[in-house]
Amino acid sequence: MKIVVCIKQVPDTKGGVQFNPDGTLNRGAMLAIMNPDDKAGLEAALRLKDKYEAEVTVLTMGLPKANDILVEAMAMGADKAILLTDRVLGGADTWATSTSLAGAIRNLEYDLIITGRQAIDGDTAQVGPQISEHLGIPVISYAEKLEIDGGSVVVNRQYEDRHHVIKAKMPCLITALAELNEPRYMTPGGIFDAYDAEIITYGRVDLIDVDDADLGLKGSPTKIAKASDKVRKGSGEQVNLDAEASVGYILEKLTEKHII
Amino acid sequence: MSQTVNLEEYKGVFVFAQQVDNKINGVSLELLGKAKDLAKDLNTDVTAVLIGSEVKDLIKKLAAYGADRIIVVDDPELKEYKTEPYTHALASVINEYKPEIVLVGATAIGRDLGPTVSARVKTGLTADCTQLDIGDFPLVKLADKEQKRNQLLMTRPAFGGNTIATIACPDNRPQMATVRPGVMQKIEKIENPQAKIIEFNPGFAKNDKYVDILDIVKSILDTVDIMDAKILVSGGRGLGGPENFHVLEELAAVLGGEVSCSRAVVDAGWKPKDLQVGQTGKTVRPNVYIAIGISGAIQHVAGMEEADVIFAINKDETAPIFEVADYGIVGDYKKIVPMLTERLKSAAAAEA
Repeated sequence: MKIVVCIKQVPDTKGGVQFNPDGTLNRGAMLAIMNPDDKAGLEAALRLKDKYEAEVTVLTMGLPKANDILVEAMAMGADKAILLTDRVLGGADTWATSTSLAGAIRNLEYDLIITGRQAIDGDTAQVGPQISEHLGIPVISYAEKLEIDGGSVVVNRQYEDRHHVIKAKMPCLITALAELNEPRYMTPGGIFDAYDAEIITYGRVDLIDVDDADLGLKGSPTKIAKASDKVRKGSGEQVNLDAEASVGYILEKLTEKHII
Repeated sequence: MSQTVNLEEYKGVFVFAQQVDNKINGVSLELLGKAKDLAKDLNTDVTAVLIGSEVKDLIKKLAAYGADRIIVVDDPELKEYKTEPYTHALASVINEYKPEIVLVGATAIGRDLGPTVSARVKTGLTADCTQLDIGDFPLVKLADKEQKRNQLLMTRPAFGGNTIATIACPDNRPQMATVRPGVMQKIEKIENPQAKIIEFNPGFAKNDKYVDILDIVKSILDTVDIMDAKILVSGGRGLGGPENFHVLEELAAVLGGEVSCSRAVVDAGWKPKDLQVGQTGKTVRPNVYIAIGISGAIQHVAGMEEADVIFAINKDETAPIFEVADYGIVGDYKKIVPMLTERLKSAAAAEA
């Protein structure tokens, strides 16, 4: 069985958000990590490797420094790593990103493609399903459990108030939730080997069945009209009183606002 | 992008009317309300697209909440949500009726259906919007660039709620957005609504993209939905343990509100996920939000900052929650909250 896992390098927004003195985000100061949902997807693939000797290829699209997460993936146990990087791919929205990734995947043999549900920088959850659509294969989003049954996958697909147990013939694509599993750590031997392992680099010329007009910023149907670090409403009053006076204060404000 | 369309052909604001088990999702009614505003600005009308099996009973409700027209795709293949037949249904409606705007709720269904449909009809999709307006793109006239009128401007948070971006889709149609539940307003129910009904079936021939549902397992849920609550008393890790939530429950009971919580509480297993407020939980906009022992991580704030009035009670005077609170109280909730509950109770008793 051959598995392709799409991963993304993202700034770590969880807990470690850094601000500049003027209140804007200090992106440079934030750690770049492998996106958590993607890491769960990689772990799911590696478990299938352990059980069925699947071959696991990781693929990322990004700047050359995204190489770091490919090395990490190799150290966790991936067999092959591909970095898709090219200036013409810059500024891509989800449509153009998924088009480029699908173009890269057309070079590979696969039974299963796994992506994270969403990345913590964009939070869109769109790229996985859009890749499946470009490749013409079924997608199961929001996977919280994954098993193989012959030539099919059996996936628990999460919804707000239920889950569906879905069976789909391979090849197919699933998007993984971080809840899927607890990703393994890199092993010392794995880290040692990973630095010697070859990372394959793809550029524009390697994309199959993709028009120039569908790439990067130019190929993105959505355009940013305005972006800003979020302006939050200013803080209101803050009091530091004893318990009795605090209660009095709250009652006064609840009355003032006609809540009680 | 290589979509060649005559943009002028595309008219009307469409809303995907999400139903599960023959029940319309609340976000679809909220979107009909928003669609009415947008349609007014564009001088056009609102169409609900109802997809399912034996769902015609729901038509009246969609009309009552603002649909001028309802396109019904009714087929046994659409009984449960499955990506392929639903994508085929909505993409076929779009190709046939050519809307200029398509709105979808950012639910676990909508966030699957939206991307596949947008890829199939070759247009852009903006995820998890919190604001929609009609305006010009680019926002200001640039010398070397045409400024397009009457574009859908889609505003969404990104970066875990730290940044906010406004996005347009100027050269492709339809302009598609998924919208977070709880941020748009339903209209007041119309009595005796009139809507045009169109039945449409593009045919559902099974192919390799059809999957099988082997089982449907419903979670046992608390029956309250925190998104409907007018008053929320919300607890965080600062409560110290699940056994302390009764203090909040008693306050919520006397105020006629509900209890919600932060992500830390869910991660610790103190409360179920459906009570979680925040980026990965629910967006709430109650009249009153009382945050108790919640530090106010940006991901939490993203889910509650639209509340009309925010109280925060926290021991740590530097907690970020105080930056969004209208009224911040530095102190020990264990002393303050029970006393507050008692005072409210005796005030209520005095009135009775």
